[in-house]
Amino acid sequence: MMTALASFAAPAFQRTVTEMLVMLTVVLGLHIFVGNSGIFSFGHAGFMSAGPHVSAILTISPAKKAATLSLTPVLTGLQLPGPAAMAVAVAVTGLLAFVLFLPLVRLRGIAFPMATFALLVIEHVIAMNWTRVTGGRQAVIGLPRYTNLWTSLIVVGRALVVATWYSQLRNGLALRCSRENEVAAAATGIDIGRERLTAFVISAMVCAAGGVLFAHFVGTMTAGIFYLEMTFVTLAMMVVGGMRGLTGACIGVVLVSAFSELFRSLERGVDLAGFTLKAAAGLQEIVLSIVLLAILITRPNGLAGDWELTISTLQRRNRKESRDVLRLYRYWRHVQ
Amino acid sequence: MNALQIAIDAISLGAIYALAALGIGLIVSIMRLINFAHGELIMAGGFCLYSLAGQPLLLMAVAAMLVCAVAALGVEQLAFRPLRKAKPGTLLISFFAVPYLLRHVALMMFGSRPVGMDFMGLRVPKLQIAAVIITAVLLTALALFFKYSRMSVQMRSSAENFTMARLVGVRANRVIAMAFAMSGLLASFVSMYQVAQTGNVSYKMGVSILLVAFVAPVVGGLGSLVGAAIGGLLVGVLSVVLQSLLPIDLRLYRDAFVFLAFIAFLVWRPQGLMTRRADMERV
Repeated sequence: MMTALASFAAPAFQRTVTEMLVMLTVVLGLHIFVGNSGIFSFGHAGFMSAGPHVSAILTISPAKKAATLSLTPVLTGLQLPGPAAMAVAVAVTGLLAFVLFLPLVRLRGIAFPMATFALLVIEHVIAMNWTRVTGGRQAVIGLPRYTNLWTSLIVVGRALVVATWYSQLRNGLALRCSRENEVAAAATGIDIGRERLTAFVISAMVCAAGGVLFAHFVGTMTAGIFYLEMTFVTLAMMVVGGMRGLTGACIGVVLVSAFSELFRSLERGVDLAGFTLKAAAGLQEIVLSIVLLAILITRPNGLAGDWELTISTLQRRNRKESRDVLRLYRYWRHVQ
Repeated sequence: MNALQIAIDAISLGAIYALAALGIGLIVSIMRLINFAHGELIMAGGFCLYSLAGQPLLLMAVAAMLVCAVAALGVEQLAFRPLRKAKPGTLLISFFAVPYLLRHVALMMFGSRPVGMDFMGLRVPKLQIAAVIITAVLLTALALFFKYSRMSVQMRSSAENFTMARLVGVRANRVIAMAFAMSGLLASFVSMYQVAQTGNVSYKMGVSILLVAFVAPVVGGLGSLVGAAIGGLLVGVLSVVLQSLLPIDLRLYRDAFVFLAFIAFLVWRPQGLMTRRADMERV
């Protein structure tokens, strides 16, 4: 609905909404793993970066590709339409996530987030220096800019379907049980490692789709943009809204995007009755982190907490089911 | 490059990393949390030195120590104290938000370009020896402090059970703040070394310490001070050794190798090198 409204609005506003939808895709992807498992991952910006690198190789016209990258002749000559390239990019990232997760299955507690951070650094170092394939420090230009309001809406819609679908699956429920109590979940026969693997791969794939949208929105691909800053901003969006539910994630994205946009325009300068108000560079980040801290302090579970917006008639059965399952696990915990 | 030079470089970088890791490990051993803002404390010290450039050395050094300690106290007040009862995940994010905030405040105040300055005018070899000695002295002092002082017992008890500690008469808030101040003090030594060695200050100078912040306490075993120092030392040594032994076209990927080693280590020994049995997570 918002998109429909936005489509009549000024181009600048359309761009803002598009950007927000792109970020929403990424945060939904992040949420599939972090929200359901309760384990933080700092590595998803890496998957956000892997996706568009693949997509860039597949969509840039051969002439431009020959100028910036040096690939095998087959890859240089190959040019796929956007959606096909995105599908390939998502699939490749999923495979990558699968392989990378396998050695990390055993890690518990703080070791896992640390390992994902290490993955992010490794990915970043490779992306910055493997110039032949990724373009390295220079931007890869000439990505078809197909991301607009409608394409991003389609992708967000799919991401939302995937995220909802996963959270209602047996796997999603099992993973959330392990979030509430790892030992009890294992005791009831949940293979925690396998559930985490499933969520991790799905979530990496959705993040990759978001990253591909992002790159095709900007039209260039630089290795540096998907790093610490991006990790922080996406995690912030998720935590602000409340990382336990999907609604929370959406609220967080809207809030933080609106906020950044406000301050970005302030930094450009706003004309107010003859006076130009101009905020100093860096103010956006400062205020964002202060607001984030304030929200964390006053509402440690995020703005939405456990509250979830659902079409209740459709969901009642599932919700009852999940309530029953949760009750069972709470009972387990009690018995212990 | 000869082997001796590599060894000297490795040990001195390792010593500086160990010093940074000590500051982080101090908080970890008490709070069970990695303070990612430590790099930004180092940055604060750097900018303090820059603002006072030209003043007597002692004044600059003392001012840097004060600024770092006060900044650490500020971090504790702002981000840690109100979140004492929050879940580790929430804290992790707030510990990410704080350095982000500090970095951009510095960016706003001093601009994005590194500023050059001359501090102490020491030559590099002397500096390297100084780094090793200072780290060794501080490590010993801290280890003694943790073994024999009353304050350290109070610190750990406040972290273990805040309410209980207060009930038996520990001024828990003050004691925890004290730990942060000490970690800030340690950070100031690192910033002095960094400024003296590189000769410039930038708002990004804390980021490179992030590498140590993430790796060292986990490698050493969360909660062990000596472990954190050893973790830092290992990271420094590994970085220098890789830098000099890798073939040239792979050298750019040095950090990737360091972190690969870190992941391999995590898989091999997730609990770290030195872990007291009492600190292990129990079912």
